Amino acid sequence: MRPFALVQRWLFRLGRDEELPIVLSQRRIFIVPSAAGLLYAAVLLVMAVGAINYNLSLGHALIFLLAGLGLVGMVHTFNNLFGLRLLPAPCAAVFAGETARFPLLVENPRRLSRRALEFAFTGQPAAILDLAAGSSATVAIPFVASRRGRLDPGRITLSTRYPLGLFRAWSYPHPPFSCLVYPRPLRTPLPAASSGQQTDSRHGVNGREDFAGLRTRQISDPTRHIAWRAVARRTDDQPLLVKQFAGGASDELWLDWSLTPADADPELRLSILAGWLQIAEELHLPYGLSLPGSHFPPALGDAQRRRCLRALALFGTSEAAGDD
Amino acid sequence: MTTRSAAADLEHGATPWLLVAALATTAPHVEHLPTWLSLLTGGALAWRTWLWHRRGRLPHRAWLALLVAACLGGIGWQYRTLFGRDAGVALLVVFMALKPLEMGSRRDALVVVMLGYFLLLTHYFYSQSIPTGGWLLLATGWLTATLIRLYGGAQPLPQIARQALVLLAQSLPFMLVLYLLFPRISGPLWGLPQDAHAGLSGLSDRLAPGSISHLIQSGAIAFRSHFVGEVPEHASLYWRGPVFDEYDGLTWRARSAPAGERPVPPAIDASAPAQAYTTILEAHNQRWLLALDMPTTLPADSAFGFGLEVLAREPLRARARFGFSSVLAYRVNQRESPAVLQRALRLPTQINPRARALAASWQALPPERIAEAALTLFRRENFVYTLRPPLLGANAMDDFLFVTRSGFCEHYASAFVFLMRAAGVPARVVAGYQGGEINPVDGYLTVRQSDAHAWSEIWLAGQGWVRVDPTAAVAPSRVEQGIAAALPDGDPLPVVVRLDADWARQLRNRWEAANNAWNQWVLGYNPQRQREVLSRLGLRQPDWQEMTAALAIFSALTLAAVTWWTLPRGRRRDPVERAWQGFCAGLARHGINRPAWEGPLDFAGRVAREKPELAALAAAAASQYAELRYGLADAGQLQHLQECVRRIPKPRRRTI
Repeated sequence: MRPFALVQRWLFRLGRDEELPIVLSQRRIFIVPSAAGLLYAAVLLVMAVGAINYNLSLGHALIFLLAGLGLVGMVHTFNNLFGLRLLPAPCAAVFAGETARFPLLVENPRRLSRRALEFAFTGQPAAILDLAAGSSATVAIPFVASRRGRLDPGRITLSTRYPLGLFRAWSYPHPPFSCLVYPRPLRTPLPAASSGQQTDSRHGVNGREDFAGLRTRQISDPTRHIAWRAVARRTDDQPLLVKQFAGGASDELWLDWSLTPADADPELRLSILAGWLQIAEELHLPYGLSLPGSHFPPALGDAQRRRCLRALALFGTSEAAGDD
Repeated sequence: MTTRSAAADLEHGATPWLLVAALATTAPHVEHLPTWLSLLTGGALAWRTWLWHRRGRLPHRAWLALLVAACLGGIGWQYRTLFGRDAGVALLVVFMALKPLEMGSRRDALVVVMLGYFLLLTHYFYSQSIPTGGWLLLATGWLTATLIRLYGGAQPLPQIARQALVLLAQSLPFMLVLYLLFPRISGPLWGLPQDAHAGLSGLSDRLAPGSISHLIQSGAIAFRSHFVGEVPEHASLYWRGPVFDEYDGLTWRARSAPAGERPVPPAIDASAPAQAYTTILEAHNQRWLLALDMPTTLPADSAFGFGLEVLAREPLRARARFGFSSVLAYRVNQRESPAVLQRALRLPTQINPRARALAASWQALPPERIAEAALTLFRRENFVYTLRPPLLGANAMDDFLFVTRSGFCEHYASAFVFLMRAAGVPARVVAGYQGGEINPVDGYLTVRQSDAHAWSEIWLAGQGWVRVDPTAAVAPSRVEQGIAAALPDGDPLPVVVRLDADWARQLRNRWEAANNAWNQWVLGYNPQRQREVLSRLGLRQPDWQEMTAALAIFSALTLAAVTWWTLPRGRRRDPVERAWQGFCAGLARHGINRPAWEGPLDFAGRVAREKPELAALAAAAASQYAELRYGLADAGQLQHLQECVRRIPKPRRRTI
């Protein structure tokens, strides 16, 4: 496997492109017959046998014309990629589970229109682009983001079969793409707002909070909020109840890591936080975010949202450490 | 820019392309397919078109399987086989008609296109004429355009057509190189099916009343000859085909060779210089080569038969070229083997008593006088030359000579030979062609099936075999001018022979000359012709290795040329940038150079300081350029910028 990977690396010049824009030169374009091309060759071979057997002069001419057509098709398929210039653009962040669309500016500086250019990341759906002579356009290459964090989509496979489909030419441009993927939001009821600057273990003891009632427990409710007495009074197998507190108008909403169930998977806890954040955004409630190692004071607005979601996305990664 | 999702599904808009492709590649086969199959093909395609129009669902596969099975059964019943040329073509047509009915993906569409390319070849089984070639070139273009539509998505029709034309034009050089240099293999690779050579017409190996008059209805070309010197006069052009010396009272046959006996080369005593000529003979599925009497040089792989006819080794199944030389004045076989002469006297007994009696009355005369007597009979009595003779009874010769007295060359030739044999003069019937017509366009002598003829040959001691054409006695114009002149008005003849109008004749001559060139250079390009061409190119006696090397080199050169030609180059320079550069170059002639880092407005400011007389112009140009480059200007402003370039005054010559 390792020698094969080395050969592949050398042959296809794999690796990230440092120089921008990426220009598709002949050393970067590869071409092989497609399945259709092999079928075409087989059909031509059978036709040739027929033409020789029946001594059909025009049959020979037809076969030679078609053979020439195949070769010309190869040249045109190659030309369809040759000389393109690619320039990556920043990708808008997405939530995990959504499709990230990496914008790539494709320039066609030559006097030749390009058709049916297929852009795809490995194992991902393709985006198709037609480009008139001397024009440029931006193609959004999809990548289904499954995990939160910094997404590196890897190399692009830029391929084409135009015009005849008998050959497939491709190239492996690898622009320095990256996309921030926020945790998949899990929507649970918001935690109660509090007045303290820091909210952790003393949360429930704070005298300014009033008991407001009971409700059934959600997965994000800390265990110490469970109304054990109320639960004990009930004999049947009903869900646990938790105490609810209503804060004053000046209370701050803190989306606190410690408010999420401590025994849950960290990814799940991040999802809960992202879900809270989304709800707070929808309700226009100023919110703060408290994660182990980073705190964002309560605020509202796009900057806050981005800052907090970014912290959630990069939580626990090496990139988060060097972040402000 | 347009973006669309990658789809293996066939686009709705691509379907009509495939349906037209299916129609174009199957339609010419209507001519030789059974009617039910043509109707079925048309019906299937119409059904698919309707489904496309209504965006209806394609029929279930089970139905299609049933339909295919029914068609296979029908073809098997029609042709009595599923193999062989015609049945194979019928099967391909059925597949082409039914495949669109299950065409849902691009892969299915691809199968249709490939099937189409294959079907193109099958048309050449039946015709390789110029119109067929033209139609199939169009069909090739359409199939190619269909591929472009399949792989390039929806585009305007002219754009697809242009791209297909460009691709085909660029593959033409490859076709030429391959056509000239690809090592040709002659002959079939394996036994051809029974029906491979159906439908070839020409003289038959027997002569019965009506066989030649039937052939004469055809205006088809039998062969073309090109003489090195002058073309001999019409009356001496006797092209010898099969020679018949066995008569059973109804039909003349060529003698089957007795075991162990081989034809002896004839002894020809020429009394005139030989004439060299080349014949391009159409395929007639027989061995005889129609040499002009009397051939002295034969082409390779041919020999004389028992009746002095030239026979090829194999029946002629493809058009071929032969080189001959012949003498037109000669004595042949003054000493003939007794066995041959014996056979030239045999007659069935019992029949035709009146003819026998007439011949017996001549027996005392010398042989020349006997022949003279018979010809005099034809000339004196009112014999009629017609293509529509009455039917003859059991004593055919008696009926013809004494009752009906109207007939065609085969009647006259066989009656004459009958009389000669009955009178004791060795005689036989020769079939072939007489005359021909010179095409002034290319100088070829064209001989048609309508020039088919039958004449007689008698053997005279001291003179050998002497040709006697009794038809000439009845209708001399037949031999001197041709069939159209000899026949009475109202006798049926093919239109081409009867052409009277000058323009029509000229048109036909041109068309046939084009066909001749086509036949020789396109269709007749065989291993031999290839060797001739290659030796003209400097490759003498090339073997297959040299030819392969030449092929590889020329193909590579062609590929390099096409690649170079089509390489997307020529960076299209931005017209705005070009205009601005032009303006800066104009100011440079006034001594103000703009360095690359200087912005347009800064530059204009500097111009204003250094050359105040150019300040307004520079300011205008710079603001136009800045607006075009960085603002939201429309194309109209480009003209203003270009106007500024034009308005730069010519620099005054410095006078120091």
